[in-house]
Amino acid sequence: MAKRSAPEVNAGSMADIAFLLLIFFLVTTTIEVDSGINSKLPPDIPPPDVKIKQKNIFTVQISTDNQLLVEDELMDIKDLRKAALEFIDNGGGTGDAKCTYCKGKRDPESSDNPAKAIVSVTHARGTEYGSFITVYDQLAGAYTILRNQYAERTYNRSFTEMEATYKDTKSSEFKSSKLKDKIEDVKNKYPRIISKAEPK
Amino acid sequence: MSKFKKKGGNELPAISTASLPDIVFMLLFFFMVATVMRDNSLKIKNNLPSATEVEKLDKKNLVMFIYAGAPSDAYKSAGTEAKIQLNDKFADVKDIASFIAAERATKREEEIPQLTTALKVDRETNMGLVSDIEQELRKVNALKINYTTKKGSDMK
Repeated sequence: MAKRSAPEVNAGSMADIAFLLLIFFLVTTTIEVDSGINSKLPPDIPPPDVKIKQKNIFTVQISTDNQLLVEDELMDIKDLRKAALEFIDNGGGTGDAKCTYCKGKRDPESSDNPAKAIVSVTHARGTEYGSFITVYDQLAGAYTILRNQYAERTYNRSFTEMEATYKDTKSSEFKSSKLKDKIEDVKNKYPRIISKAEPK
Repeated sequence: MSKFKKKGGNELPAISTASLPDIVFMLLFFFMVATVMRDNSLKIKNNLPSATEVEKLDKKNLVMFIYAGAPSDAYKSAGTEAKIQLNDKFADVKDIASFIAAERATKREEEIPQLTTALKVDRETNMGLVSDIEQELRKVNALKINYTTKKGSDMK
């Protein structure tokens, strides 16, 4: 057999292949962004002794076996959001506490106005974290619905959309102070007051 | 002058690009290795609950993570009770204060009020443990918390 020299493989396109791989990895590695429900803990000082009327408190208790007791009545998780909605938006107050923007039933036995309405969540030590989050999520959802409705009525756009636009670097209203005022207004009309009581 | 001219000749020698693939491969490997997610070293089960009212946790450097849950299968020897994990180690409720202090020490002073504590708690954990964590956080005045969840709904 005649001795033949092996033909040299052209390695010129190697760089292109490697670049392709590099770009693929650069594009596909999205570092996971965590998301969750923001909350604020009360400071560790004894609470001021303020009398809160019972009608302004919406009590939600979660038992050890993850059942719900809302205003001392057994309730299904599906009905919780609606019940919370009705409570917060009731607007039963008169005089100074009158709520001009509420669309609720104005039941004098329920909350005066959204700023006074307190949603209180109590849980047992044995309650599962998952069910607590579901309840908390439903309650937070009730506030979001109310804020959206109010924003639609007043500014013709939803609150969620307003917040997204405010944070969006590409939008024309990114960090605009005008939009911020509107967001603050909606937040003040329906402040999210969810109190989390210590387990007994 | 003429000395240099002679050396250059008429044609420019082609620059060898043979090492270019090596350089690019080096970059590629760097990115492949550098983008390792920290979550791999979890010693606990961490099946997060789902929620719909979620907000994104931006400013990653201003977040402190506290994990809690039952020890995962590989760490059965640690028991079946839910535990707290701080920085790749099982920890006690009492360790939270020093953990927060250590985290704060690495940040600039003006950033400290913006620090958020993300609670990554397994959905089957008892709320008692979560309450204990929250009480500790209140004591050290780390009041901004975030219940880290998946996006979605748990409602049947």
